[in-house]
Amino acid sequence: MAEYERWSEARTNAIIAEHAGEPGAILPILHALQEVFGHVPVEAEPLVAAALNLSRAEVHGIVTFYHDFRRHAPGRHVLRLCRAEACQAAGGDALATEVRRRHGIDWHATTPDGALTLEPVFCLGLCACAPAAMLDGQVLGRLDEATLDEALGGARERAA
Amino acid sequence: MSRRLRLYLPADAAAIAVGAEHVAAALRAAGAARGITLDLVRTGTRGMVWLEPLLEVESAEGRIGFGPMRPADAEGVLAAILDGGTHAKALGPVEEIPFLRDQTRLVFARCGITNPLSPEDYAAHGGWKGLARAKSLGAAATVEEIVASGLRGRGGAGFPTGIKWRTAAAAAESPKYIVCNADEGDSGTFADRMVMEGDPFLLIEGMAIAGFAVGASHGYIYIRSEYPHAVTAMREAIRVAAREGALDGFALEVRVGAGAYVCGEETSLLDSLEGKRGMVRAKPPLPAIQGLWGKPTVINNVISLASVPWIMAEGAGAYQGFGLGRSRGTMPVQLAGNVRHGGLYECAFGVTLGDLVERVGAGTASGRPVRAVQVGGPLGAYFPPALFDTPFDYEAFAARDGLIGHGGVVIFDDTVDMARQARFAMEFCGLESCGKCTPCRIGSVRGVEVIDRLLAGVRPEAQRELLTDLCHTMKYGSLCALGGFTPYPVMSALTHFPEDFVPRAGARMAAE
Repeated sequence: MAEYERWSEARTNAIIAEHAGEPGAILPILHALQEVFGHVPVEAEPLVAAALNLSRAEVHGIVTFYHDFRRHAPGRHVLRLCRAEACQAAGGDALATEVRRRHGIDWHATTPDGALTLEPVFCLGLCACAPAAMLDGQVLGRLDEATLDEALGGARERAA
Repeated sequence: MSRRLRLYLPADAAAIAVGAEHVAAALRAAGAARGITLDLVRTGTRGMVWLEPLLEVESAEGRIGFGPMRPADAEGVLAAILDGGTHAKALGPVEEIPFLRDQTRLVFARCGITNPLSPEDYAAHGGWKGLARAKSLGAAATVEEIVASGLRGRGGAGFPTGIKWRTAAAAAESPKYIVCNADEGDSGTFADRMVMEGDPFLLIEGMAIAGFAVGASHGYIYIRSEYPHAVTAMREAIRVAAREGALDGFALEVRVGAGAYVCGEETSLLDSLEGKRGMVRAKPPLPAIQGLWGKPTVINNVISLASVPWIMAEGAGAYQGFGLGRSRGTMPVQLAGNVRHGGLYECAFGVTLGDLVERVGAGTASGRPVRAVQVGGPLGAYFPPALFDTPFDYEAFAARDGLIGHGGVVIFDDTVDMARQARFAMEFCGLESCGKCTPCRIGSVRGVEVIDRLLAGVRPEAQRELLTDLCHTMKYGSLCALGGFTPYPVMSALTHFPEDFVPRAGARMAAE
């Protein structure tokens, strides 16, 4: 489970300053912002734009182009479940359906108690031990309902 | 004095995903209980993923394996190693396991054997020989050696690597860049990840040779964000290599992608590196002439660059000795999905698809009959068993309207719904399209709609014709392989599995 900071302009500017001198700095900046805040807040966009001499529209276009960048803070746990072909071949679709049913959420949504965010991912390179997922950054393979449940339960306990 | 025991256990992401860290902890505890200090060397993976976590120990007959390990096996396995005797998870000498024994490991020679971050291990197992020979031959001769080897881009396009190098070497502008495409987004592939985690100095050496050959002093490795273990391993390996003075002034940097599949396309990757949306560029100009920041750039896949040290060390002729037709050398084939023996199998080109699926992969994990095999990732064709005599070779697959791509082979059993797979291919294209060209951006969305109408029974014959026509437009009218190759999975499904493209109950409402 990740602890995220509340967004602040000062912290954002400090993060931007760490990378602004690098060529092609925007992706490293956006990754760093998401690591600290759990997402890339829309309020950060004009600050990034000013630092990199880009328009706000350009920055917005870049943030929204890449699937990784969230626009809202996620739940306490993030489950990224692979939806690509190798995992489909190994029962990934059924597993995804069950996860969505049991937690009552669709892709990109967070449970009402803020415990779990479900995100699709297209390949983790764990295709020979499919179906695969990443839970709070930890890789999981050869999943079925029981093992995924166990991992989710373990994650919740650690948070408690 | 307490006894010491050296064991080898992979720290590859696939091994971790199936419990390697829990096994490591259980082994340490079991060792402590017996008063043994364990020297647990964390290696890359051998690529026999179905046996992971695969524990190895030195013996007179070479390394002996135990797997797939569970934490509960730790005590018993340790007892078998220390006291002699057998164990249900004992596999015997690892290199005699047919899956490993029958391979030709040139690129993956060290992977799973050495400590990935030990420069001593790397040098002791033949590392840096390629770079040394390149330096002794000179830059121009190095480029010609790669041309002569016949090495073709392993990312999927199969363009001759040496020709890219020659073009960049001849370009007058400076600075020049070496960019490694480690945006391995194809489902069913993990060869790049295995090299970066299991033998990162190999990629560094390949890039240093490329830099020397074309006159570039700066390199970037663009790794997808879905590979955090590879990012960590590469960054650490670069730090170690620089500290050891192995890079000789060549500056290397890792950049992390952000979940866009299209950034695996080389020009889109360059835009992304420059800090833009990952939009595909029209070619020409070729990246070798105007690439990163408009400067001459060699952009090669991980496996292409990782093949270079062997070629330079052993010579182009030796590399040419492997393969078939215009496909020279070896290819790391990755067996994935519903497969019993899933993993990485490096072999010379020419092995048949059926041999890979049935002999090497040992069929499906579910035990049901194989119905379809998708080769080459989400843009690759689905082949039925009737095409299993196709040799693994760029031209042979192209002749049957398929592609080998980056070498991924995803196996499906007879429960697969091929119309659903075709629909997914269009849906994925729509999701990942950069939006620059119309056939890809709009064609993919229309493709989903047409398949939905076909399955709903809305004038199915007309939809079939429309889908074929749409695929033709996408194939010939798209700017890059995303829109241009999405027709491969769609049309192969429609051609080889027409029985799945019939109207079905319950689909009508969704389509209307």
